[in-house]
Amino acid sequence: MDFFNEQQVLAAKELLYKIADDHLILGHRNSEWTGLGPLLEEDIAFSSMAQDKIGQSEHLYNLLHDLGEADADTVAFTRNKGQFHCCQMVELPIGTYDFSLVRHFLFDFAAAVRFDLLAESSYENLAKIVKKYRGEVKYHTMHANTWMMQLSAANEESHTRIQNSLNELWNQALGMFEEGPYEGILKESGIFLGEKVLKERWLSVVLPLLEKYGLTVSAVNYWKPVNGGRAGQHTEHLQPLLDEMCEVFSTDPSAEW
Amino acid sequence: MIESLDPRITREEIDENSVFSDLKELDQFETYEVFHQKKRGQQHSHVGIVHAPNAEMALLYAKEQFARRGQTCNLWVVKTQHVFATDYDDSDIFETTEEKIYRDPGTYKVMDRIKAYKEKNNLS
Repeated sequence: MDFFNEQQVLAAKELLYKIADDHLILGHRNSEWTGLGPLLEEDIAFSSMAQDKIGQSEHLYNLLHDLGEADADTVAFTRNKGQFHCCQMVELPIGTYDFSLVRHFLFDFAAAVRFDLLAESSYENLAKIVKKYRGEVKYHTMHANTWMMQLSAANEESHTRIQNSLNELWNQALGMFEEGPYEGILKESGIFLGEKVLKERWLSVVLPLLEKYGLTVSAVNYWKPVNGGRAGQHTEHLQPLLDEMCEVFSTDPSAEW
Repeated sequence: MIESLDPRITREEIDENSVFSDLKELDQFETYEVFHQKKRGQQHSHVGIVHAPNAEMALLYAKEQFARRGQTCNLWVVKTQHVFATDYDDSDIFETTEEKIYRDPGTYKVMDRIKAYKEKNNLS
C-alpha cells in the first residue's frame, strides 16, 4: 500500500507505536539482567535478545518517522509516560528470573504471531521489515520454550516458581491484546487483522504448550485483561524506567553519537 | 544498604554487611563442545565450549556465543566427556623421521609435468 488516507495513517501510527513501544520497553527491561544473569551463556543470550528487541523498535520508529512522526531517538527518549503505548506487562520490574522468563515466553510468542500476521500486511514497508525478524523471533521463542520446558519439569520448586509467575502474568499478558480505536480501519485496509485474531492465534499456540508442561491458567470466565497501557495509562514502574533509560540522552539531546 | 553507581544494584537494597558465599568449585553445568558449519556441505569446525544442563540448552547457547556474527548454517554440540583424545604425553607419536619425507605429498614434484601436459594438449 503506497497511499494512506488520513484515517489509515492514524491507524497505522497507532499500530506501530504500540508494537515499537512494547519492544523498546521490554528490551530495556530485559537488558537489566545484563551482567546479573544466572550463568554466563544465558546472560549473553538474554542480553542479545534484548538488543534484538530494541533494534526492532528502532526500525518501527523509523517507519513512524516516514509517516511524519519525529525521528527514532526523539520518539524513544523524549516522551513522557502518558505518551507511551506499551502494554503494562512489559513495564513491570524484572523480578526473579522465572518471572522474566515467563514474561519472555508469553510476550515473544505473541510477537511471533503478530509478525506473522503483519508479514501479510498491505502496508508493504511494514511487511518487509517484519519478515526480516523471522529468524530473530524464532530463536526468541525457541529459547523461551526450551526454558519453560526445562523449568516446568526440573523439580517441584522450579515448577512452582514457573506456575506462580504464570499466575501473576496471565492477565497482564492478555493486556497485550487490548483493542485500539482503529481495529476496523486496520482490518478493512488489510494492514492488520486485529487484536482479536492475534489473541486467538496466540492462545492456540501458547495454551497447548502450557498444558504439555503441566502448567495451568484459570478458566476463561476468570480472565481479566490488564488494559490501559495502549491508551497511555501505566503503572508506577514506567516513569522510573524512562528516567533511567533516557538519563544519558537527556544530558545532551543534541549530541552526535 | 549498598549504594552503587549501578542503579540495579542499589535497587536490590543489599545490606552492606551481607556475606556472599563463593561458588563451590565445579558448581556449574557440564560443558559441550561446539562445532560450527558456515555453508552446507562444508566441514563443521570446532569453535569452543558452552556450559549447559543438556544438549537443547547447549544448542541455544552455542547459537548466541558462536553464531551471532558472520555466516552460519548449522551447529553441532557434543558433550565434552564424550570426546576421546590422545594424551599430550604421547604427542611424540606424531613425529616422523626425516628420511621418510617421500610420504609427504609436498615433496612430489609433478607440477612441471602437469603444466607441460596441459600446454601440449591446449588445456588451461
